[in-house]
Amino acid sequence: MKTTKKIDPSKRAERVSWMLVTPLACVLGFFLLLPILTIVTVSFWNFNEWSFFPDFILDNYVYHLTSAVTWATYLKTLKFMVLTWCFCAVIGFTVAYFLAFHVRSLPVQIALFLVCTIPFWTSNIIRMISWIPFLGRNGIANSSLISLGVIDEPLEWLLYSDFAVVLAFVHLYALFMVVPIFNTMMRIDKSLIEAARDAGASGLQILTNVIIPLAKPGIMIGSIFVVTLVMGDFITVRHMSGGQSASVGRIISNEIALLQYPAAAASSVVLLCTVLLMIGVMMRFVDIRKEL
Amino acid sequence: MTKQLDTKGISRRSILKGGAAAAGAAIGSGAVTGFPTIWAQNIKDVTLRQFGTGVSNINEVAAKVKEDLGFTLEMTALDSDSVTQRAATQPKSFDIADIEYWICKKVWGAGNLQAMDTSKIKNYDKIVGTFKSGKLTPESVIAQGTAPHTVGFTSGPEGTDFVQEESGWMTLIPTIYNADTLGIRPDLIGRPIDTWAELLNPEFKGKASILDISSIGIMDMAMVVEAMGEYKYPDKGNMTQEEIDMTLGIFTEAKKNGQFRAFWKSFDESVNLMASGEVVIQSMWSPAITAVRAKGIPCVYQPLKEGYRSWGGGLGLSKNLSGLELDAAYEYINWYLDGWVGGFLMRQGYYSAVPETSKNFMSDDEWGFWFEGKPAEGDIKNPFGDVMEKAGAVRDGGSFYDRMGSVACWNAVMDENRYMVRKWNEFIAA
Repeated sequence: MKTTKKIDPSKRAERVSWMLVTPLACVLGFFLLLPILTIVTVSFWNFNEWSFFPDFILDNYVYHLTSAVTWATYLKTLKFMVLTWCFCAVIGFTVAYFLAFHVRSLPVQIALFLVCTIPFWTSNIIRMISWIPFLGRNGIANSSLISLGVIDEPLEWLLYSDFAVVLAFVHLYALFMVVPIFNTMMRIDKSLIEAARDAGASGLQILTNVIIPLAKPGIMIGSIFVVTLVMGDFITVRHMSGGQSASVGRIISNEIALLQYPAAAASSVVLLCTVLLMIGVMMRFVDIRKEL
Repeated sequence: MTKQLDTKGISRRSILKGGAAAAGAAIGSGAVTGFPTIWAQNIKDVTLRQFGTGVSNINEVAAKVKEDLGFTLEMTALDSDSVTQRAATQPKSFDIADIEYWICKKVWGAGNLQAMDTSKIKNYDKIVGTFKSGKLTPESVIAQGTAPHTVGFTSGPEGTDFVQEESGWMTLIPTIYNADTLGIRPDLIGRPIDTWAELLNPEFKGKASILDISSIGIMDMAMVVEAMGEYKYPDKGNMTQEEIDMTLGIFTEAKKNGQFRAFWKSFDESVNLMASGEVVIQSMWSPAITAVRAKGIPCVYQPLKEGYRSWGGGLGLSKNLSGLELDAAYEYINWYLDGWVGGFLMRQGYYSAVPETSKNFMSDDEWGFWFEGKPAEGDIKNPFGDVMEKAGAVRDGGSFYDRMGSVACWNAVMDENRYMVRKWNEFIAA
């Protein structure tokens, strides 16, 4: 009679989980950890006009962190981030609320949701660039306002300004807010709202005491998307500000263009830490894992 | 076995292709008319990879190379920054680098390019003085900045330095160059403009622009600062830290006062800014002016009393070229200076390094308009057949000698380049 080696079920389960986790670990290791380690390493290297070479210097960090430009740029980027986040949150929440609670039938909800995504079938850059002729000095916005008699002179601040940058950001990233908020709202048990209403809560009270707390994880996931996208952007700021505003992403892309790879690596590491810190703080407020 | 076919320098590719080439020898030698060489039988198997800015990387040139010389030229067009990066860091990715002289100053030291023996350049004697002695005519004053002749020669075949005399070893073979100035919208300005100082004139508040490429932008700024009478630079092309601070300080103040509508980085951005009327005065490149005019919008490449900011480009050979491919590259360079390309480029408003050979490939009217600054007798068309100017038009700035003779400075890389770039970034962020 053959005796099969008995494996302790708990050990077996452990092995299976190790095996299951391996592919993902490999992918993350190769495509996430390794590149980041490379960037961190290079950030301590030295460079000249045309090449960079192994060394251990802190100059890249020292220059980056002590430069007034860096601080001004971070301040500017944070300003863009906060403004974009506010508008995206308000718009995202309103749209999601409308879809989840005002539209009653599921097919209509799905149809309207898909309508929201239509602009996203085109490229990011096209959606951004198309604002330029619209907002320009002789653009559609200014010429219609003038012909309506609202203004006499074209509004200069419509294009190549902070306004234009934030407008483009909100346009580009609002959907990243709508989707997760809509998702969490759809899971809210409607009987909770009924119960609140039966208990005598007003519409506003239901919103602030029931819906917003329950939609928090969605808001937080959307916020993480918006924050990371805006912090890392380098192309929208350049085009919509007409090259007149800096952002952290542009600093890095400039450094790469000038062959200063170690400096770019150091700036990237600082940006990465900043964004991780911000996300860490955001995670303190809401336990996203509970919702996934 | 195949080695017996090659008695002279053997390259890896020629060994591989040797057998096939011998078979097609008869046809091969017939295809290369006008450039008979001992390599004619297998040169058609050669592929040279050229990269550079969009200015001269034109498919028509590659097609003509195939037709005249028989070998294949692959072209890649990139922006100035990427060109610099590639020339400095990826020597194996190209055979021929089509770069500007200031880029050459930056990357020559990396040792990825090899010096060219001028005795192998058929038209070397006819190359304009600007690229050899630095003087267009014997009376010319050498302009400030990275003048091409200062980085045009090296000490020998292995040189990584620059020498100031005609050493017989060239770093780049000059191909095209031009004199840049400010572009204006005469219809929206409505008065004559004759000085660089107008760029910061408060009259054009919110309607001016400058290019965001530091090595070029700083030179435009220096022209403006000098024209305003703020400061006289000992050498615009090699500023001290104090001069850089002062120059960018003036422009930062103007920026804060809202003088600039935008900064542009690519050719088409400058065209759009001008064509849409967002900007009425800005730094611009010659073909961008043409592109605006092609839309039916008036735009002038305004000659200014302080002179032009000039630039020049040339072909450099990769260190990795040898044997048959190196010979093919020399063939190509000789062909480049032989006139066809020159004519092609001059009909777009650039200048050829050997103008007299280009004349054979242009009509008298075209030569008169583009080179001599005479009024056009008929419509002037570009090489693609589009009408650029109507009969009677005169080129902005006049003749070759008028324009290239009033160059005040060249695009430059300074000793304080790193400092300047940092200050430039501060200016953009300000």
